[in-house]
Amino acid sequence: MVTFHLDGKACESRPGLNLLQACLEAGANLPYFCWHPELGSVGACRQCAVRQFSSPEDQTGRVVMACMMPVTEGTRISISDPEAAELRESVVEWMMINHPHDCPVCEEGGECHLQDMTVMTGHHTRRYRFTKRTHRNQDLGPFVKHEMNRCIACYRCVRFYRDYAGGKDLAAFGSHDSVYFGRAEDGTLENAFSGNLVEICPTGVFTDKPFSEVYTRKWDMRGAPSVCVHCAVGCNIIVNSRQETVRRVLNRYNGEVNRYMLCDRGRFGYGFVNAPSRIRTPLLRVDGQHVSVSEQDAMAAFARFVGDGKIFGIASSRASLESSFSLRELVGEEQFSTGETQQAQNCMDLARTLLQSHPGHIPTLHNMESADAVLVLGEDVCATAPRLGLALRQSVRQASFHAADEANVPRWLDEAVRTLGTDCPSALYILTPAPTDLDEIALESSRAAPDTIARIGFAVAHLIDPTAPAVPDLSTSDTGLAQRIATLLGTAERPLVISGMQYGSPALMQAAANIAAALARTKPQAGLSLSLPDCNSMGLAMIGGVPLEAVIDKAVAGEISTLVIMENDLARHLDPVSLSELMNAVPNVVVIDHTASSCSERADLVLPAAAFTECVGTLVNQEGRAQRFFPAVVATPPVRPAWRWMTAIAPHCAEQKPRQDLVNWEHEDDIMAAMGRGIPALAGAVNAAPGSSYRFHSGKIRNETSRMSGRTVIRSHVSVRDQPPPPSPETPFRNSMEGTYGPDLPGALIPYFRAPAWNSVQSLTRFQQEIAGPLRGGDGGVRLLRDHSPSQPGITEDVTTVYHYGADIPPPFLPRNGEILLLPETRLFGSEELSMHSPPVVARSSPAVLRLPETDVRPDRIELRIQDVSYLLPVQSMPGLAHGVAVYPAHMTIPAFAFPRLVPLNAIKPDHTDGGAS
Amino acid sequence: MNSLSERPLTAMIDLAGPPPDCAAYGNAGGWQGTRKALKTLTPDEVISMVTRSRLRGRGGAGFPTGLKWSTVPKDPASKRRKYLVANADEMEPGTFKDRILMEGNPLQLVEGMLLAGYAIQASHGIIFLRGEYFLAHQRLQHAIDEARHLGWLGENILGTGFSFDIDLHSSGGRYICGEATALLTALEGSRAVPRGKLPPSQISGLWGAPSVVNNVETLCNISHIVTHGPEWFDGLGTGADSGTKLYGVSGRVCRPGFWELPMGTPLRDLIEVHAGGMKSGYALRALLPGGASTPFVDAADIDIPMDYDSIKKVGGRLGTGMAILLDDRTCPVGMLRNLEHFFAQESCGWCTPCRDGLPWVERLLDALEDGTGTEDDIEQLMRHARILGSPGRTFCAHAPGAMAPLASGLALFRDDFTAHLTGHGCPLHHAA
Repeated sequence: MVTFHLDGKACESRPGLNLLQACLEAGANLPYFCWHPELGSVGACRQCAVRQFSSPEDQTGRVVMACMMPVTEGTRISISDPEAAELRESVVEWMMINHPHDCPVCEEGGECHLQDMTVMTGHHTRRYRFTKRTHRNQDLGPFVKHEMNRCIACYRCVRFYRDYAGGKDLAAFGSHDSVYFGRAEDGTLENAFSGNLVEICPTGVFTDKPFSEVYTRKWDMRGAPSVCVHCAVGCNIIVNSRQETVRRVLNRYNGEVNRYMLCDRGRFGYGFVNAPSRIRTPLLRVDGQHVSVSEQDAMAAFARFVGDGKIFGIASSRASLESSFSLRELVGEEQFSTGETQQAQNCMDLARTLLQSHPGHIPTLHNMESADAVLVLGEDVCATAPRLGLALRQSVRQASFHAADEANVPRWLDEAVRTLGTDCPSALYILTPAPTDLDEIALESSRAAPDTIARIGFAVAHLIDPTAPAVPDLSTSDTGLAQRIATLLGTAERPLVISGMQYGSPALMQAAANIAAALARTKPQAGLSLSLPDCNSMGLAMIGGVPLEAVIDKAVAGEISTLVIMENDLARHLDPVSLSELMNAVPNVVVIDHTASSCSERADLVLPAAAFTECVGTLVNQEGRAQRFFPAVVATPPVRPAWRWMTAIAPHCAEQKPRQDLVNWEHEDDIMAAMGRGIPALAGAVNAAPGSSYRFHSGKIRNETSRMSGRTVIRSHVSVRDQPPPPSPETPFRNSMEGTYGPDLPGALIPYFRAPAWNSVQSLTRFQQEIAGPLRGGDGGVRLLRDHSPSQPGITEDVTTVYHYGADIPPPFLPRNGEILLLPETRLFGSEELSMHSPPVVARSSPAVLRLPETDVRPDRIELRIQDVSYLLPVQSMPGLAHGVAVYPAHMTIPAFAFPRLVPLNAIKPDHTDGGAS
Repeated sequence: MNSLSERPLTAMIDLAGPPPDCAAYGNAGGWQGTRKALKTLTPDEVISMVTRSRLRGRGGAGFPTGLKWSTVPKDPASKRRKYLVANADEMEPGTFKDRILMEGNPLQLVEGMLLAGYAIQASHGIIFLRGEYFLAHQRLQHAIDEARHLGWLGENILGTGFSFDIDLHSSGGRYICGEATALLTALEGSRAVPRGKLPPSQISGLWGAPSVVNNVETLCNISHIVTHGPEWFDGLGTGADSGTKLYGVSGRVCRPGFWELPMGTPLRDLIEVHAGGMKSGYALRALLPGGASTPFVDAADIDIPMDYDSIKKVGGRLGTGMAILLDDRTCPVGMLRNLEHFFAQESCGWCTPCRDGLPWVERLLDALEDGTGTEDDIEQLMRHARILGSPGRTFCAHAPGAMAPLASGLALFRDDFTAHLTGHGCPLHHAA
C-alpha cells in the first residue's frame, strides 16, 4: 500500500492505481465520464481534474486529470482546489451545451451518471445562449434505443463495443462538436453484447428498448438479485419489476463471474416470463381438450392419477436444484430421471467427473480473462457460453499487458497499452468444426470434425506429458498443429483448455481434460473449463437420475402409470418417434412448467410453475458455482414454485417413500437442508446465499428503493386502503421500501445499486472492496467443485496423485459419399429454449438453414432423412466449414435429434418448391 | 561562403522551373551527406552531429532534434521495425514553407529522411503530406521513384548494407493530423485523434513501433549538417539558435513572401526590409509571428529577434516563423472570429473543453461581430481563454493554440471589443 494525501488527509491506496481510482476507493466524490474500470483511462472527457503538488513545499502544483496519473507514495492532490473545481464545473457546462433538457421524459433520468456528475460539480445555471446542435437518431434493432442528442461524447460506447467486445458496426463519425456515435446506416447492432451499451453509456443515448415499452423509473422498481437462466455460465443479474410484472434485466456485478457485462441473450431473454405462452392456471384434459381448472380440481385429478402408485418423475437441466430435488423426493430416487438422453447425461457426468478430478485449476470467468494461452477444443463458446467468449477476448490482451509492464506503462492507460501491444501475438488456438466469432483474434483457428479435433487434443496432451496416451496414425499436418499448440500451452504460466458438450462428444472433453491435466503436472494454474448446455446442467448432474431411454423402457413395460414432467420440453431431447412412444405408454402425464411447450400440450394435467423471477431457487453453473436467484415479483396463485406443487401433491402419493419430509417443508431453506443430507455433493449449495432468516443490520433487506412512489395509491382505483407489502417469508427481503440496505450487503443479496450522490450503475464502486475487485459483502455464490490450484486456500489434498488419463481415442473422421456428419449449429439467438419466447430475442433470430462446406454449386434445398422422416431444408454454403460436415441450428425446425449423426443427403432439384418438413 | 552555405535550404530552389533531378541535385552538392554518413559515420555519430548542431524542430515546438533521435531504441533496423515519418501536413494558417521546400527541391527532403532513417536505424520512411498539396505530391513521388531507380532508396544503399525506402501518404484532411501523434493514428487508418504523451512515439509510435516524427524543414537541414558539419550550421544563426529559417510574411505588406534567413533575424527586418514595409495607407497594429496558433505580438515589439526564446519575451511564440500581419484597417475581432471558426471546426472532438468550448468561443465572437454581443460575452471569452489556454486542461495543444491569439487579442484590443458592444457590431463595418 502507498500513502497519498488528498486535500491534506492521508489516505491508503493500492500502488499502481490511477488517482481517480485511488480517490474513489478512498470514498471521495470525484466526477468522471470516460474512465470505466473495465475500459481503463483515455483522458477524453477531462472531468476528473485535480491539482497535484510535487512536494509538501509545492504550493502551486498543476491541474491534472486524475485518471491519467498514477498514485505513488507521497502523492499530494487536491479535489477542492478552486481551479480544478472550476474546470470540472466547466466541463459539465460544456457537455450541457448540446444536451437536451429532457430529463423528465428521458429514460435515463434517475439513474443517469450525467445527472449525478452535474450535481456533483455544482453546475446549475446555463450560460450558453446559442442554439443547440442536433442529430438524427437511428433504429438500432430490437434491443437498444438511440437518442444521439443526449450524447456527451465520452467515447465509452465505441471503446466498449469495438475495443472490448470486438464489434464492427458501431463507430464514431464526424468531428469537432458534431461527433456521431452510431452505425454507418440504420440497422440492428450485430454484436452479441450490444445491450451493455445501456449501462456503459453514462447518459440516455443508448437505452433498453424492450424496457422502454413498459418503462418505469429506477426508483419505482423492486430489484431482485438473480441469476441468468439462458446458459450455464451463471451470470449474475438484477431483475427489476413494478406492479408485479418484470420490467427489465440489468447486470449484477460478481467479481468472479460476469463482472460488468452480460450477453444480449441474458439481458433480453427474460421476456418469456411475461409471454402469452406462460401457463397461469392448472389445465386438465377433458374430452381431448385442455380446460382451465381450480387448484382443488387439479389436486383431485392428480390424486386419481397416482392412485396405483406407479409414479415416475422427469426433472430438467433448466429447473432449480430445489425443484429437481423436491421431485426426486416425491417420486423416489429409483423413479427419477434427469430428463436427459443417455448421450447427454454421459456427457454431463463426464464433464463433472473431469472437472472434479482435474489436478489443476477450475477457472472462474474472471480467471479466464488473465489466461496467457488458451486452447478452445471443439466448442463455439460465443454461442454456447457467450459471456465466456467475451472473457477470452480479454485473455488475448495478456501479451500487451506484459509489454506494458516491461515499458513501465500502467495497464489502465488504455490507448498506450493497445498501441504498445499492436504486434503482440494472440495466444488463442481455436479448433472447431465451424467458424466462430473468436477466429479473428486467434493465433490460429483450424476446422475439423469433432473426432479429428479430439485426436489432435489427445496428441497435444501426449506431447506435453508422454505418459498421456499417444494418438496412432495422426496426419502430418495435425501433428504439426498439435506441436504448435503444445509449445504455446507449455510455455504459458496460466494456460487454459476449454471444451464442452456442444457437439455431444465425450472424446473432445476427455482430450481437453488430458491436456489440462498434463499441463497441471508442472503448472498448478493450468485451467480446465467445460461448457454445459443449460443453467443447471451441472446441478442436475450432481443430483443424478436415470436417462430418458430408461424411462421409455419402463413406460413401455407398463411400469409407469403417472409421469410427472417438470420444466422440461421432452421434444427437445427425444425424437418424435421416441416421444410418442413414451407419451402413449403412460396413462397419465402431468407437466409442471411455467411455459407451454409441445410436451405440455400433450399432458393430461398441467400445473403452472413459477418462473425464476417469481421464486427462490439455486442453480449450479458450469464451473460448479451454486448461486441463488430471488423473486422480483410475487407469484400469483395458482402459480407457485414447482417444489410447492410437490409438497401439495405429496399427501396424495400415499404409498411412496419419503414423503413425510416433503410434506413438512415450509421454506426453500428446508429443501436445501434436506438436499444437503440426501446429496452430500450438494451440501455446500445451502451457502449460495444467506437463508431466509438472514438479517442485515438486524432487519430484513428492502428490495424497493427508499424513493419508491405510489405504494399507497397504486391500487386506489380498487381500494383506498394502504396495502401491506406482499409477505416474503422465504427470503431475507421485505417487498417494501422500508428495510435495511447498504454497500456492505452480501453480494448475493444486493437488490439494486445506489449510493449517496451516485444513482446510476456507477454507484457500484461504493459496493466493491476495491474497484473491479470483490464486492464488500463478498461475491455471491459458492463453489461446489474442488479446485486443486494453490491459489485456493484450505485445499490440502495431495495434487501429485496419479491422474488417470482418458485413453478412448476415436478413429479419425473420414468424409463419406452421400452422407454427411450433421452437427448442431448453436446460435446465440434461436437455440436456447426460454429466450425464444422473448419477443426481442425472437426478432434477432434468423431462419434455420442447413450449412454445408463451400464446394461446388449446390441446390437451394436438400432432403434430409432422419428416422424415416424427411425434411426439405434450405441450404447455404459456409466458408471454412470442415469437410464432410454440415451444421444445422438445433431445435429450430427439426425437433430434437441426437447430434452428431451421419445422415444421408439427397439433393433436391431447384424447381422443388415445397418448404419445411414433409 | 557560397550561396549554398548561406542559404542551404533554398539554394537549389527555382520555382520558375521544375525541381532538380537526381543528377542535378548531385551536381549542386546533393548526396554528399549520404555518401559521408553511410560510408564513414556510425548512426550514433550522425545523431551526435545533429545534436551538436543544436538543430531544433521547425514545426513550431522547437524540440532539439538530436535529443529526439537519441531516445529511439538502438536496435539495428534488421532487428526491429522502426519508422521515420516526415510531417508534411502543413495546415497552419498563413504557413507555406514546407510546400516551397517540397515543390522546389523534393530530393532534399528525401535525402534528409534517408539520413534521419540511418541515424535512428529505421528502414521505412513515410511522408504524411497535406491532402491539398497536389504539386508537392507529384514532385515528391517523382523524386522518390527516381531516387529508388538510381539506388538512393531501397535495398543496400551505396553497397553499405543499409536499406531504406519511403512511402508517400496523402492526408485525407484535418488540421489535427499535423499533431504528431494524431498523424500516426491517422496513418494507422484510425480517426485522427491525438495520443497520450507516454510512452513517447520514439518508444511506441506507429503501429506500436519506435517512430520519429520530424517536420519537413527540420529534415531538409540534415544533409547540410552532415555535409558541412555541426559547427558550420551553428554559425549560420545570428542569435541564440543555430541554422537558417524559412520566414514568411502575409498581410498588407508591399511584398508578401518567404525568405531563408539566419535564425534570429529581427521581425522588423522581415517586415520592413524583406517584405518591403506596409502598403501605403496601412499601419501595422500587431502580428501573429508563427501562424494562427501563436499569440499576437504588438507592433511596438517588432525589434525582437525571431528565434525560439527571444520571441517569448514579448509574449509570442516562434511557431512556424511565418507571420500574419494585422493592420490598422482590419477588425481584430473579425480576424479572431475567422481564426476561432477555423479552430472550432478543426477540433478533433476527442476532449470536452476543446470540442465544446471552441464552438462557444466562435459563437460569442459571431455575436460581437453581428452586434448582438453582451458584456457577459466578453467575460465568457476571457474565461475560455483562461481555462482552455492553461496547460493540461485539454488533451493536446490544439485548444491552447486556439486560445493564444484570443487571450493576447483580448488584452491588446480590449477597446475594439468594447466598441463592438457599444456600437452594436463592428465599427469598421459601420464605417464602410
